[in-house]
Amino acid sequence: MKNNSPVKTPMPHLDPVLRAQTFDEVATGYTPEMAMEEARRCLNCRHQPCVAGCPVNVHIPEFIAAVAAGEFEKAYQIILSTNSLPAVCGRVCPQESQCERVCVRGLKGEPVGIGRLERFVADYHLQHHRQPPKMPVPNGHRVAVIGSGPAGLACAGDLARAGYAVTVFEALHVAGGVLVYGIPEFRLPKDIVRAEVENLQQMGVVFAVNMVVGKVVSVDELLDEEGFDAVFIGTGAGLPRFMDIPGETLKGVYSANEFLTRVNLMKAYKKNASTPIFKGSRVAVVGGGNVAMDAARCAKRLGASHVQIIYRRSEAELPARAEEVEHAKEEGVAFSFLTNPTRIIPGEAGFVGGMECVEMTLGEPDASGRRSPHVREGSEYTIPLDVVIMAIGTSPNPLIKNTTAGLAVERWGGIVAEESSGATSRPGVFAGGDAVTGAATVIAAMGAGKRAAAAIDQYVTQKISLQSKA
Amino acid sequence: MFTIREKIPLNPTVTKMVVDAPRIARKAEPGQFIILRVDDEGERIPLTIADYDREAGTVTIIFQVVGATTEKLNHLQVGDAIADFVGPLGRATEIEGLRKVAVVGGGVGCAIAFPVAKKLAQSGCEVHAIVGFRNKELVILAEDFKAIATRMKLMTDDGSAGEKGLVTHALQALIDSGEQYDMVFAVGPLVMMKFVAALTKSYGIKTVVSMNPVMIDGTGMCGGCRLLVGGKIKFACVDGPDFDAHEVDFADAMARSDMYRPFEQREHREACNLFKEGNIDEK
Repeated sequence: MKNNSPVKTPMPHLDPVLRAQTFDEVATGYTPEMAMEEARRCLNCRHQPCVAGCPVNVHIPEFIAAVAAGEFEKAYQIILSTNSLPAVCGRVCPQESQCERVCVRGLKGEPVGIGRLERFVADYHLQHHRQPPKMPVPNGHRVAVIGSGPAGLACAGDLARAGYAVTVFEALHVAGGVLVYGIPEFRLPKDIVRAEVENLQQMGVVFAVNMVVGKVVSVDELLDEEGFDAVFIGTGAGLPRFMDIPGETLKGVYSANEFLTRVNLMKAYKKNASTPIFKGSRVAVVGGGNVAMDAARCAKRLGASHVQIIYRRSEAELPARAEEVEHAKEEGVAFSFLTNPTRIIPGEAGFVGGMECVEMTLGEPDASGRRSPHVREGSEYTIPLDVVIMAIGTSPNPLIKNTTAGLAVERWGGIVAEESSGATSRPGVFAGGDAVTGAATVIAAMGAGKRAAAAIDQYVTQKISLQSKA
Repeated sequence: MFTIREKIPLNPTVTKMVVDAPRIARKAEPGQFIILRVDDEGERIPLTIADYDREAGTVTIIFQVVGATTEKLNHLQVGDAIADFVGPLGRATEIEGLRKVAVVGGGVGCAIAFPVAKKLAQSGCEVHAIVGFRNKELVILAEDFKAIATRMKLMTDDGSAGEKGLVTHALQALIDSGEQYDMVFAVGPLVMMKFVAALTKSYGIKTVVSMNPVMIDGTGMCGGCRLLVGGKIKFACVDGPDFDAHEVDFADAMARSDMYRPFEQREHREACNLFKEGNIDEK
């Protein structure tokens, strides 16, 4: 029996006031009954627009049909056949601009809650079916994956399933990349990431942590000396940007990366953590993306009494997901739109005392298609602050580019790679994710990792057949 | 496993450890550093690579006990393992084409100055070493410097070893006596590097300092190690740690360096208390 409700089955959430004091996960997830009810909203359209809307082409109507029938493990296996990180994607994918955007149910009312269902299925599997995945038959070839973030994990998963011996090189002491250092616990519990990594380990993927490729070993050495048939570079977005305004080295000014790394990776959110952090009582986060929302919501949870987002365009241009903005507002984060910092003002002893800002107006659309902001002359004003977090993006990390001869990069520093295959200017070297595109989404990086895995399989197969002919 | 092979106290608060790290030993160069975590709950801290042995596969670190992490590290013994040990990070010190260099080391900074001095000497460069300490008790590596330097000045604040005075006095005396240096390489407390930079600027001598700011990942991800160099933000982990001393904003670096001192002192006290109460197994 179809469910004709025009709206999604509501997602249970922790109370905004209570949750703003803890790092517990905000959205608590569907029950089996809620999931089956929501699954019955799917029309199972023949042309399946949702599948095309998904960067990794999850067989959405099939898995939802299995959920509707109460066959949750079957649904999990359907998702897993094209997506190696369902519990992660069900939480952090921007479904509203992908699969759900093109859902036919969305033409009148809300689309099917595809993301919520994916998350339910993945969580149900983690709770009930932790038998080890099938060990693939080894094909005798080795691939090195650099970086264990979403691009690297997706690439490693597909290659392992195809029988490759995969080693993932990670610079930090724990695998997961931005999933562990960047995205906070309340949005993506670290146990989930750990379970996904363990899943890959059980498939034979080796994680070599504390390995900075470009320093301890080069891409050429991986190919020429260490016996890897191909290399995938998924090293992520890189160095944090600053605004180049006075006062950015004052104590209490953080990049979002540093602030989030201290909170998430180094667990500064826990009482008695050994990693120090300035929690601040009046905090400003500069920027309007998901990273800015994460930083603001962390600052609030650490106990700041006043947290505000400073964004130079208007609410309509916010690059963050609507859901993240909504959650931040519910938790008491204030928003100052059409505002831009001009300098950070020192307080006592080299700490932040405040920030001078100007008001902005929006002019004609710029190259990005968004209306470009202009300063309203004479509109300077000062806000008192003790912590400033810069969440205005990143620029590419130079380590691999500088140590890999012949690897072509864009003028802005990103690695040049074919979108369909991840192939770079160097044979056998593939790349994908933020290292190629600049900061984007988890699922976009996973899609790139998957396409590269297919291309690597093709490359190695061709290389072998050429060698056997020669 | 990053097993500790040797542990030698160099003075009451400075320890030398030789650690199994074959991959890092293969690539390490003077001027670079490692980041370590003592245990699974620990902080990541950067420490200089004081030496390396490519054949034995070991890396030597020299550290001063200043906070909780170095306290815990100092309680590890030969045969124990360090949880995480990553490197070699940062850019190696550039020594090409240098004929005569004054290497200035202050306190535990000598642990960075020495491998650079040694590499310079091995490349055929004439090395004058100027090393300074608060007192005789705290002197480290003096014999090592003596072995490779053609001139050596040991300075202490109280005159209990070598000459009484600051490294800048000794450096100025050498310059005034007619020594002409292609470069001065200085590493030590920020205030020392600041005054070395001021001195050599007045003589127009190219000077390089090795900076050691607060750091987390050490690979260019977090931006915590930023410095103002020539008015621009630079990251010590990927752009450094060596910088043109005459471009570094030392006042800014000094303000940033004590950012977490109250946290560090509290954590260090707590770590010490744990050891005192016997709450942690001392092997």
